Amino acid sequence: MPLRLLKYAWKKSEDEPRFFPDETPLKKAYDVVIIGGGGHGMACAYYLAKEHGITNVAVLEQGYIGGGNTGRNTTIVRSNYLTSEGVKFYDESLKLFEDLSDDFDLNIFYSTRGHFTLAHTDSAMRTMRWRAEVNKHHGIDSEVVDVETIQKEVPYMDMSCNGQHPVMGALYHAPGSVARHDAVAWGYARGAQQRGVEIHQKTRVTDIKTKGGKVVGVETDRGFVEAKKVISMVAGSTPRITEMLEIETPIEIFPLQACVTEPVKPFMDTIVVSGSLHVYVSQSSRGELVMGASVDPAELHSTRSTLDFVEGLTDQMMDLFPFTSRLKIMRQWAGMSDITPDFAPIMGKTDVEGFYLDAGWGTWGFKATPVSGKTMAYTVANDTPHELIKPFSLSRYADFKLVGEKGAASVGH
Amino acid sequence: MKFVTCPSLGRRALSEFTYGGRLEKEPDQESVSEKAWTDYVFYRNGAPQTLKEWWYHRPTGIWFLFERNTLTDRITQVEFANRGIENEA
Ligand SMILES: Cc1cc2nc3c(=O)[nH]c(=O)nc-3n(C[C@H](O)[C@H](O)[C@H](O)COP(=O)(O)OP(=O)(O)OC[C@H]3O[C@@H](n4cnc5c(N)ncnc54)[C@H](O)[C@@H]3O)c2cc1C
Repeated sequence: MPLRLLKYAWKKSEDEPRFFPDETPLKKAYDVVIIGGGGHGMACAYYLAKEHGITNVAVLEQGYIGGGNTGRNTTIVRSNYLTSEGVKFYDESLKLFEDLSDDFDLNIFYSTRGHFTLAHTDSAMRTMRWRAEVNKHHGIDSEVVDVETIQKEVPYMDMSCNGQHPVMGALYHAPGSVARHDAVAWGYARGAQQRGVEIHQKTRVTDIKTKGGKVVGVETDRGFVEAKKVISMVAGSTPRITEMLEIETPIEIFPLQACVTEPVKPFMDTIVVSGSLHVYVSQSSRGELVMGASVDPAELHSTRSTLDFVEGLTDQMMDLFPFTSRLKIMRQWAGMSDITPDFAPIMGKTDVEGFYLDAGWGTWGFKATPVSGKTMAYTVANDTPHELIKPFSLSRYADFKLVGEKGAASVGH
Repeated sequence: MKFVTCPSLGRRALSEFTYGGRLEKEPDQESVSEKAWTDYVFYRNGAPQTLKEWWYHRPTGIWFLFERNTLTDRITQVEFANRGIENEA
């Protein structure tokens, strides 16, 4: 990377090639059509081409690359989940994340920070111990730490929370990280495109066509394209896609909001989450505090922002970090979270032959971008679910085999 | 802040209410098949639509049914939950 920068600096002209080539017409037919050009869609296209040699692929994106939840999330990457299924899956993703900058030759600003999940009650402490044991069993760096340790690492935090809900301890996860979300989507997209995949932005899928229970193609606002296989990777738009095939899922859409403050000097290099207060915060490399909370109270297909959210969040944040009362909120925004009853994703094959689903990413799916792409590519290439995603099938609810992940995933990240 | 006009209570801030999910017809527990039961509990069409929903007014402890569109967030009808509704969707 530095070498490339130097070379560029010596050049007289700005002949850096375009990141993505200009738009081309849609072809008549593809082997695989991926609906949704977020991180998941791009990663899947990348691994289809790179690991399975499947390159007659089109990614169709109604807006622009990474403009959905991928570009709206607070980028926390961790693997200290509660269930064995979850821990194994997210740990694989974390390992892939660590190598992405090299794989892409693009800096994704992957920054390992350490991640505290605070406990303010006895029952929260119990969940932390439970998670730590499950994590350690799978070789994940995860431990319960006491108040003194937290205070040393996060000196500006009021451990009594304004006397309201004193911190009793925390689950500490050293590998917890943040990354540049856009770069993840761009890196995968460029890598896929260099290997022959077509990416079509401003191309919306309006219907999915089947013949005899089998997928034959998709209708788009630029016309019909044939496809042998169709993968839906649209997060907050999933119910609109499944409705096209009359597939019912447990997914409900709730807005998830986030905001950032004005930049301040670096004072906190860890990520701090409080499940009881429903807030989390990290400091970006620009110095802004990136903050989020739980999802909005009711189902809604919208990315509108509300004052209620900022009021509720800052109220709690000022208990944790009293000095933040002097900071201004610079921006706020929202994404649409595709929430499942067990806070675990829905991945794999469906009852419609040739139609695959990657959804139910709710408030926690950015960290899963690499592993979802990789396992979905495998699943589509072999028409059989990858080992890691078998527990996440759409039919698990009918079999009462839920993946109770709520204890580790209910706060928005 | 969002407001909603309710019978008896008048105009109230929506933040006084707790969301109770959509109103669905519960199958008869004696005769229901396993598939119909999981369909009722888990599987649904989550696309944008107008729904009947349970909303609980915390200060008064009253359950209401709102008719609300999940795309526009417009509430078009508000009624007491215990009036004339016998577990019907
Ligand atoms: C505020 C917020 C904070 C979050 N914080 C975290 C976090 O800290 N850590 C974490 O791991 N996760 C977090 N998440 C969750 C994470 O952002 C998502 O789970 C993840 O980005 C989903 O990626 P995706 O590629 O599946 O979906 P998206 O990035 O949403 O991409 C889906 C794409 O599909 C396109 N699309 C939809 N319908 C159609 C159609 N009909 N035709 C063509 N294209 C279509 C959309 O335009 C969109 O670009 C957060 C989410 C939000 C909203």
